[in-house]
Amino acid sequence: MEKHITLPLTEELARTLHAGDTVYLTGTIYTSRDAGHKRMCETLAEGKPLPFDPKDATIYYVGPTPAKPGQVIGSAGPTTSGRMDAYAPTMMSVGARGMIGKGARLPEVVEAMKKYSGVYFGAIGGAGALLAKCIKSAELIAYEDLGAEALRKLYVEEMPLVVIIDCEGRNLYEEGREKYLKSREV
Amino acid sequence: MRELHVNRITETIERLCIDACNHLPEDVKCGIRTCRAREDGEIAKGVLDNIITNFEIADAENVPICQDTGMACVFLEIGQDVHLVGGGLREAVDEGVRRGYDRGYLRKSVVKDPVRRGNTGDNTPAMLYTEIVSGDKVTITVGPKGFGSENMSAIRMFKPSAGLQGIKDFILEVVETAGPNPCPPIVVGVGIGGTFDKAALLSKKALMRPIDSSHPDPFYADLEREMLEKINQLGIGPQGFGGRTTALGVNIETLPTHIAGMPCAVNISCHVTRHKTEVL
Repeated sequence: MEKHITLPLTEELARTLHAGDTVYLTGTIYTSRDAGHKRMCETLAEGKPLPFDPKDATIYYVGPTPAKPGQVIGSAGPTTSGRMDAYAPTMMSVGARGMIGKGARLPEVVEAMKKYSGVYFGAIGGAGALLAKCIKSAELIAYEDLGAEALRKLYVEEMPLVVIIDCEGRNLYEEGREKYLKSREV
Repeated sequence: MRELHVNRITETIERLCIDACNHLPEDVKCGIRTCRAREDGEIAKGVLDNIITNFEIADAENVPICQDTGMACVFLEIGQDVHLVGGGLREAVDEGVRRGYDRGYLRKSVVKDPVRRGNTGDNTPAMLYTEIVSGDKVTITVGPKGFGSENMSAIRMFKPSAGLQGIKDFILEVVETAGPNPCPPIVVGVGIGGTFDKAALLSKKALMRPIDSSHPDPFYADLEREMLEKINQLGIGPQGFGGRTTALGVNIETLPTHIAGMPCAVNISCHVTRHKTEVL
């Protein structure tokens, strides 16, 4: 199913999204990957606030290329989400509901998604030039020393995504492959 | 003896880094378009359409195809009748990478130390391989390698008794384990033979070869075709969402090996398999 959605990703909205849905997403998202997640989770462990309000927030696992003069941002496709698995349940526990990335997730992340009504969206890995077109503004908000891994606030319009894992734990990687293999049997 | 100033190497590598990151090779583009025509699932077709639009945008606007502009793998075939002058070769290569990644607005993805981390800030050092060949030319290949797919690669030291079947099973096992992570459709580089290190290098070199080429030995050319077919029966599909296209190509490189062994390395590359070559 094709859906056009506007953030924030409330629990109510999350519950309407199902594995395999094509989603065009509009709104504010935050970027973070390996080093940024590590630092955010350390910050939370110290009882300090994050650089942004995590409630109903969506985090995009991306480290963009530098913007050329006149560009909002450089190429900005997703990185492999599995490296953030160690941090994702903590992020969901403070309210961050949406994750945008690519690749498989661990069962504990899926369990946390069921518990906190999380949604895992897939952006097309390697389509950095295309995805950059959907990003209308980019602002560096923290961890500038991390370079490509710094925390950025993005405003995106009609970002093309696919729901990979929904808040009931249904998984497109499993279902999509099964569906294809079944279609070959007949 | 032909003299060649190392500045020429620096300038060429700078240009090749930028070109490789912004312009997908024709053989890979052609492979993606062919696979798009064969897919029938809606999600798979949509993904491949977006992948095609993406490399077209990169071409038209001269921007990186993918934000992971990789580690710069540099292969130099240096003719034995060439005398390099004007400075050190290692420095010249790294300076080329430094300038390419700076002037091309490419991402700097290299850390100083594997355990203690810390970005080097200029994407150096290059992963440099040199080979002395006959003649008086220098052939430079730059292949920026992303790590989403690099992380899904593997090597195994087989007993010779494992035979061809062992190798076939291993290739499928690596692709199956990688699943959606390396951004399928992928290109699979396989190195068989040599020593532990040589097998890994062969698998990387296999990725520098166009996917519409085949191994000169018909035995391995057949194996390339067979493995491509078997991989595409796994059903992983574009981005792992299910479908016919899991791999665009399988390239195999081989070397003689020891009586006691049969090393096999599988280097996975994404649909943004980049390489550019120039001869000086």
